[in-house]
Amino acid sequence: MKFSELWLREWVNPALDTEALETQLSLAGLEVDGCEPAAGQFSGVVVGEILAAEPHPNADKLQVCQVTDGEEEYQVVCGAPNARAGLKTAFAKVGSILPGDFKIKKAKLRQVESQGMLSSEKELGLSDNHEGIMELAEDATNGQDLRFYLNLNDAIFDVDLTPNRSDCLSIAGMAREVGVLNRARVNQPIFKRVPPTHDEQPQITLEAPHACPKYLGRIIKGVNIQAPTPIWMKEKLRRSGIRSLDPVVDVTNYVMLELGQPLHAFDKAQIQGGIRVRLAEDREKLVLLDGSELELTADTLVIADHSKALALAGIMGGEHSGCTENTQDILLEVAYFDPLALAGKARNYGLHTDASHRFERGVDFQVQERAMERATELLLDITGGEPGPVVEAVQADQLPTRPDVTLRKNRLEQLLAIRLPDEEVTDILTRLGLKVEDLGDAWQVQVPSYRFDISLEVDLIEEVARVYGYDKLPVKAPTASLLLQSQPEARITLRQLRSTLVARGYQEAVTYSFIDPKWSQAFDPDNTPLPLANPISTELSVMRTSLLPGLTKALVHNQKRQHPRVRLFESGLRFVQTPEGLIQEPMLAGLISGARLPEGWSNQDEAVDFFDLKGDLEALLELGGDSGSWQFKPAEHPALHPGQSAEVLCQQADGHWLSAGWLGALHPQLSKQLDVRGQALVFEIRLDSLQAGKLPRFKSLSRFPEMRRDLALLVDEGLPVGQLLQEAENQGGEWLQKVTLFDVYQGKGVPEGKKSLALGLTWQHPSRTLTDEEINAQVDQIVTAFSQGFAAELRS
Amino acid sequence: MENDATLEARVKEALEQLNQAQDTQTLDQLRVQYLGKKGELTSLLKSLGQLPAEERPQAGEKINQAKQQVQEAINQRKELLDSQALNAKLAAEAVDVTLPGRGQPSGGLHPVTRTIARIEDFFSTIGFSVAEGPEVEDDYHNFEALNIPAHHPARAMHDTFYFDAHTLLRTHTSPVQVRTMEEQQPPIRIICPGRVYRCDSDMTHSPMFHQVEGLLIDENISFADLKGILQQFLRAFFEQDLRVRFRPSYFPFTEPSIEVDVDRGDGRWLEILGCGMVHPKVLEMSGIDPEKYTGFAFGMGVERLAMLRYGVDDLRLFFDNDMKFLGQLS
Repeated sequence: MKFSELWLREWVNPALDTEALETQLSLAGLEVDGCEPAAGQFSGVVVGEILAAEPHPNADKLQVCQVTDGEEEYQVVCGAPNARAGLKTAFAKVGSILPGDFKIKKAKLRQVESQGMLSSEKELGLSDNHEGIMELAEDATNGQDLRFYLNLNDAIFDVDLTPNRSDCLSIAGMAREVGVLNRARVNQPIFKRVPPTHDEQPQITLEAPHACPKYLGRIIKGVNIQAPTPIWMKEKLRRSGIRSLDPVVDVTNYVMLELGQPLHAFDKAQIQGGIRVRLAEDREKLVLLDGSELELTADTLVIADHSKALALAGIMGGEHSGCTENTQDILLEVAYFDPLALAGKARNYGLHTDASHRFERGVDFQVQERAMERATELLLDITGGEPGPVVEAVQADQLPTRPDVTLRKNRLEQLLAIRLPDEEVTDILTRLGLKVEDLGDAWQVQVPSYRFDISLEVDLIEEVARVYGYDKLPVKAPTASLLLQSQPEARITLRQLRSTLVARGYQEAVTYSFIDPKWSQAFDPDNTPLPLANPISTELSVMRTSLLPGLTKALVHNQKRQHPRVRLFESGLRFVQTPEGLIQEPMLAGLISGARLPEGWSNQDEAVDFFDLKGDLEALLELGGDSGSWQFKPAEHPALHPGQSAEVLCQQADGHWLSAGWLGALHPQLSKQLDVRGQALVFEIRLDSLQAGKLPRFKSLSRFPEMRRDLALLVDEGLPVGQLLQEAENQGGEWLQKVTLFDVYQGKGVPEGKKSLALGLTWQHPSRTLTDEEINAQVDQIVTAFSQGFAAELRS
Repeated sequence: MENDATLEARVKEALEQLNQAQDTQTLDQLRVQYLGKKGELTSLLKSLGQLPAEERPQAGEKINQAKQQVQEAINQRKELLDSQALNAKLAAEAVDVTLPGRGQPSGGLHPVTRTIARIEDFFSTIGFSVAEGPEVEDDYHNFEALNIPAHHPARAMHDTFYFDAHTLLRTHTSPVQVRTMEEQQPPIRIICPGRVYRCDSDMTHSPMFHQVEGLLIDENISFADLKGILQQFLRAFFEQDLRVRFRPSYFPFTEPSIEVDVDRGDGRWLEILGCGMVHPKVLEMSGIDPEKYTGFAFGMGVERLAMLRYGVDDLRLFFDNDMKFLGQLS
């Protein structure tokens, strides 16, 4: 809420300067978002009256004006279309300084001398209005300093009120709060009832009393809507961010700012029959004051007459029934709408107005009479007219209730860790407008109609703490019983996995959890991604079923920024829809592309390949201490190169193998489609499979010599060597320690369609030296199994 | 005397040759030549028999002295040659130690991860454990259970991504707190880090960002405990004896609600986190007796803290995954 500091000080004037007031409000929970001067820095500008305005001899759009400051006449050249004889305006005399340190000097404009400048609101830093020079009231005193005349030595406060503090959405509310904080007296304008001078009564029916339990109407006849709004009111409105339109609208806005009660004025001539406050008919049409046409839903509250909807209740008036320059008689509406009935309605229609903002949060349900009289009084002063009687339609049982709240003294002490003196608590609550009764060990508190946020004991505790001052409340060092938390040692933490990748040169990425459906389709056509109902853009509209699209997008981003060597990993959830429901699964994924090592004096410029990535992945698997429970199976994946992709299998406790993820080269076609340059290798593994580790287990170290035999084999080039190695381990007997593949070769000396493998096999016995015979027997067994199972030939 | 002269000449000759030897092989040849079984000096010893018996001991001693002199010279020369050879080898093996090292340079953690890890570490030292939960949440856990019923004006503060009327992307990590309270009775001490989502995107808002929230529920937990923990945390996090200010605010799930500002050092306050005493309705809804237990909750934006700590000026950089940016901050 924006308001003028001077306006607030008319109500309550604590001995604080602007800055101290700003801090005080913020520390009371009324956060001051901004505090700006009410006008730009300027001096030497006075009220000037244009005595005559003649066309400029050398320019079509300029006029030569004779201006008086009450003492002397000055010739001023002016380009504003509204410069005319008789107008009182802002006159910057020669020697005055305008905002931006702009000095006004004597000047010649197209050969005609100009002694000063007539100014617009924008030129004086009052507003953005630059349509013409300022139009001041006819009774303004010529020569008076404009800052003095407009009371411009003022600050505009912008307070960001939290939704619970609707009671402060008015000068009256703010003043009440400032009064409490400073123990200062608050001035209230005197509440006068304006006696009716005619007896025409509007007919009002409450057809939806749960949503509108109270509606006041009054007919004022013969208003002069052409009358100018007084400058003091215009200025207060301006400083609250509201533009002056006509006196009727200005007065309703003014009373809303002053008392927090939104009002509306209908052109009485446009109302057929009486007022019906009812729910809209489904698809009922309504054109609003801003010209937009709405199709209403049946849960929308409207103000209607006997033929149609006139206004969107508590949100905005209708165009048809609004006041125009021809309006003679008006119907003034002051109503209470239930916050719940209005909640979310404006938003549903894409609207947010000063009225809806207040009604949704709660308007004092006892302020309507006062607001009606105040508005009537102001209107009569400005526009004249004949007020009728106030008609009040009320359904009392639908108005909010304010049950008493009990505050236990012990509870207050326990929660704030301090025993505040009873008198202080009573004083704080009383000043806030609550009625307090001391019951001995508790207080019984009556809550006023303007507080929608106090219904529980803890709400009162907050009020006491807030007004007492959060900063003054005690501070305790945290204490807790010292209980060690168990840390399963075998479980590999995400931190360990991350550190391993970081040590291997990976940078951690964080990509969006929502991605482009096209990318999702390209990487994972088998899973339909979960779409957002209200995405921010198409590119971020479905939940990822894989982390790979995000990493690949990051790769493309880096390649476009001359950073072709990329090593990235990410951990996070993927979102997969299954017949059993949505699975949100933590994954770990990585991507490498570009040179294996950074360009350097000793590095060959070699691009990464499948085995670089596999090595990195194996390093992760080895953290778990059980590499035997992992397998890489050649398999095809829609996003991966069919010849360079593997499914990663993890052995479960019951022995069966479960897919844990994938690794491989990005499919060349996909790379091309996504503008990926060169080859990218990726992996994606279920995090939980990586985290299940094994505790190390000691086996005694043998003192006896190791025996090694090397085998050179010829096999079909398509044979997966992993299977062969597994077979060697199966057949090597109890004492086989290690199988090492130390060469894979194809080319000269090896027949077409074959590859040559070199295997090192190592045996060792825990308690004696193995004999050649024993080893030879094991080698024979392996060679036989190779030849039978894999058609492997021993090379001579 | 003639023999003496011969001996001297031999020794002199040997020493000259020795001094010219350039390798240990030559040195070895010279040793054999002079001191070997058939060596020139050795053979002189053999000729001692021709001398009169009374001269023999003296002559023998002279020859032995000569042999010893040559042997010492050989040893010295060998030492010299060895050390020369070693020096030459070392010189040849010298490398330019200013050349860059070889191999894979380290990568780094994302600044968000780094910041979360730091926060987790602080709180784990005082007994908090880490709790996580789903990011696709239901309306109940994200709003209702936190005392934010449908159409509550506070919902406007959370621009929510929806999937349907009941399913959404969590707008804070508070639902993890709710889920923990549903499963566990106090004492509860948890830290909930994670991704959160708001339907908002501009210079200072990202549709996805990270929060760390914390929750402590026990008997007799007061406002003073909250102030103590958060004040200590902020000072530890920024490694400064910061001025910290507690300001009333509003969150539907806490009462009283507080926003915490830190002094930026230039007299201006910067809002850094939100917190409050857990609202009794929230405790009640999750099955915890609000008469017996009280507690507090707090939440902070991780990117905001990381921006302040590392001087990053554009939020969007956190999600571009530019290697240069990530490399700088790791």
